Amino acid sequence: MHPALQGLLTIIIGVGGCVGYFYFSNQFLDKVLYPAKGAQAGRNINRANMIRPWLFLFPAIVALGLYLAYPVFATLWYSVTDRDQGGAFVGLANYRQMFNEPKFWEAMRNNMLWLIVVPAASTAFGLLAAQLTDRIKWGSFAKSLIFMPMAISFVGASVIFKLIYDTRPVDQNQIGVLNAVWLQFDGGAGSFLILRLAPICLLLCFGAMVAYVAWAFVKPMIKPEDTRISGWTVPLRLVVGAGGAYLIFLSLRAILGLTTAAFPYGEAQTWLTIPFWNSFFLMVVLIWIQTGFAMVILSAALRGIPEETVEAAIVDGANPFQVFFKIKMPQIAGTIVVVWTTITLVVLKVFDVVFAMTNGQWGTQVLANYMYTQLFVARDWGVGSASAMMIMLLVSPILVWNVYNARKEMR
Amino acid sequence: MDNIAGSKSSLTWAVHLSVVLLVALWLFPTVGLLVSSFRTADQISSSGWWQSLFPTEQNLTLRTADPADPGAQQLLNGIYTVQGNLFVVEGSAETAAQSAAEISVWGTSSREISTYQPGDTADLGDGETLTVQHNGDYIWASPTELTGRGQRAFVTATTPPEFTLKNYETVLISGSTTDSMSKAFFNTMTVTIPATIIPIVIAAFAAYALAWMDFPGRAILIAIVVGLLVVPLQLALIPLLRLHLGIGIGKGYLGVWLAHTGFGLPLAIYLLRNYMVGLPRDIIENAKVDGATDFQIFTKIILPLSFPALASFAIFQFLWTWNDLLVAKVFLIDSTGDTTVMTNQIVELLGTRGGNWEILATAAFVSIAVPLVVFFAMQKYLVRGLLAGSVK
Repeated sequence: MHPALQGLLTIIIGVGGCVGYFYFSNQFLDKVLYPAKGAQAGRNINRANMIRPWLFLFPAIVALGLYLAYPVFATLWYSVTDRDQGGAFVGLANYRQMFNEPKFWEAMRNNMLWLIVVPAASTAFGLLAAQLTDRIKWGSFAKSLIFMPMAISFVGASVIFKLIYDTRPVDQNQIGVLNAVWLQFDGGAGSFLILRLAPICLLLCFGAMVAYVAWAFVKPMIKPEDTRISGWTVPLRLVVGAGGAYLIFLSLRAILGLTTAAFPYGEAQTWLTIPFWNSFFLMVVLIWIQTGFAMVILSAALRGIPEETVEAAIVDGANPFQVFFKIKMPQIAGTIVVVWTTITLVVLKVFDVVFAMTNGQWGTQVLANYMYTQLFVARDWGVGSASAMMIMLLVSPILVWNVYNARKEMR
Repeated sequence: MDNIAGSKSSLTWAVHLSVVLLVALWLFPTVGLLVSSFRTADQISSSGWWQSLFPTEQNLTLRTADPADPGAQQLLNGIYTVQGNLFVVEGSAETAAQSAAEISVWGTSSREISTYQPGDTADLGDGETLTVQHNGDYIWASPTELTGRGQRAFVTATTPPEFTLKNYETVLISGSTTDSMSKAFFNTMTVTIPATIIPIVIAAFAAYALAWMDFPGRAILIAIVVGLLVVPLQLALIPLLRLHLGIGIGKGYLGVWLAHTGFGLPLAIYLLRNYMVGLPRDIIENAKVDGATDFQIFTKIILPLSFPALASFAIFQFLWTWNDLLVAKVFLIDSTGDTTVMTNQIVELLGTRGGNWEILATAAFVSIAVPLVVFFAMQKYLVRGLLAGSVK
């Protein structure tokens, strides 16, 4: 049978079965089990209405329970058992084995790097794009073009960027954009401007951003008279403060390194094999995709800012930068947090990009790909499940936060 | 905002310029792929795609016609000759006139590819000579009968920009077992369409129950749905694969539909419930007073009114299932590879044909074309869904 026809047939059966369930189960409830007529019509209607929500919910509850809730516990169980010993309980042996593998720590380190860089860069670019396109005539057109990578698969994006990072032997023309641009640099003034000064500026911006956020968290503890803080946020504030200080230290060190680093001018680079930096070349793919998302959400938030607050600030003599940082930023802070956490979730699950581009070679391993390798290449389900639990562990603060917010909202 | 005070901001031009730059930067990678998919293998490997509109200089290894071919060798004035055009022999042009390539230098050995100018005659030994002209016309002559394969010529030629649909033919129609995407295309369709519709149907009923029906435990169910929104599907791989193998579904379409349904449901229920709660209460109560059952209210009133939310989720789920690699790899693709999907096929091409950019670029573009069309056609709903799904 032609594959298209076969596909069509299966589609009809699958979807038809689903619609059929709802229709016939309702018919059964109304016509056969508790018919709304005869002597007990009233009682029957009430009973049918008590059952109906569960009839509506039944497939969803089964699917959610079986495909999302049950696996969490099953994976937890697998992570403390050994498949080779017939599923015997082995305690934390799998975790111990995992913690002893250098690849796991490489994946953790890279994941932390991804978790900092990708949400930060996507949100920053998204905010920039949202603010720039906000008031210009062709803004919505520009936005839809920046938003477009959202529709492209991670695999497709990987192919796109592999073409950009492509390397040819020395005697051939470079067909990868990055190498073609790289070969233009010769160590002159232009190289200094773009390869040293521009990254230093970017790093300074990043450091300033981190300092801004960290200060916002730490300030109430140092000057408690401004705002009242509840006791349970103190550990969080301390953690953010310490993390921020560490990041600022890292960026300062990177700036120092940049001023003294010697660049191999004139040689085509195989970008994806350069240790440490190759992770950044993979991150670019995800940033390229996620910026559109951040932009769309933040742009809506910017539109939602009451015009009066901005007008008042302008009347008081604020310049555009002050308007942005002092008036607009505080009002969209909540949205920025939402965007940040959403991208964080995407980053934690990032698999396709790494799998398609390097498959974790050359020091680019991340947790999700490490887990896939353990499960389906090494076939070690214990360690694979243990690493899946690590991802769950990293996600759970966001899970708790989301549920907490949703409950608060419903009350 | 800057105009309120009565002065036009000097930043306006800077803003326009920055947006143009930003858009160009974001568009550049995709355009590169699109352009590359229309170029020939030679063109791609000899110049960057951004130069594709200009003539390129490339080094080619061409071959004259085989003397053994019937009619190729002629005896003119006691000298055996083979005549023709190097580009025609290579199959890149039908006639000499069509080949617009210009040879600048050429040679007869791979170590000396620039020994001769066009029009020069090379001595091949034993009295054999080879003459090559600007446009690729050659005369290969010898006092004795020529044998063996055609003579090789190493030329440096400037070829005009050339675009072709041949890559698409290879990838879509040719039916070649490694490069053809047509089967994978239909497989992806078969995965995507039910995996988009089934969760919508299930979630719509559940969302209605959670939004408009009163029953004990409703609040807890909603909280659970919100919690499940962020559970990484990586956790589900092993337990569910074992479950599928255990109950006899094995690896196949049914399994992948169920998996996509399960993974897509939290977002679907969340989006649809939030939308349905906002519908006016009066309509529903009036319908109840008029004697409509919940099933009727749902199908006749709620569903049509919820179209925007349904559309937003449908786009999400469509993009997600179409672009998915992990779920298909785990739940669908078995060792026969008959059920491979496009993302998986592209990853395999990256392994086997890592340097053949004409195939890779075309295959990748085929796989992203459908989502792009959907994206541009229904962007409004996608944006609305994003806003409803994440901004509180």
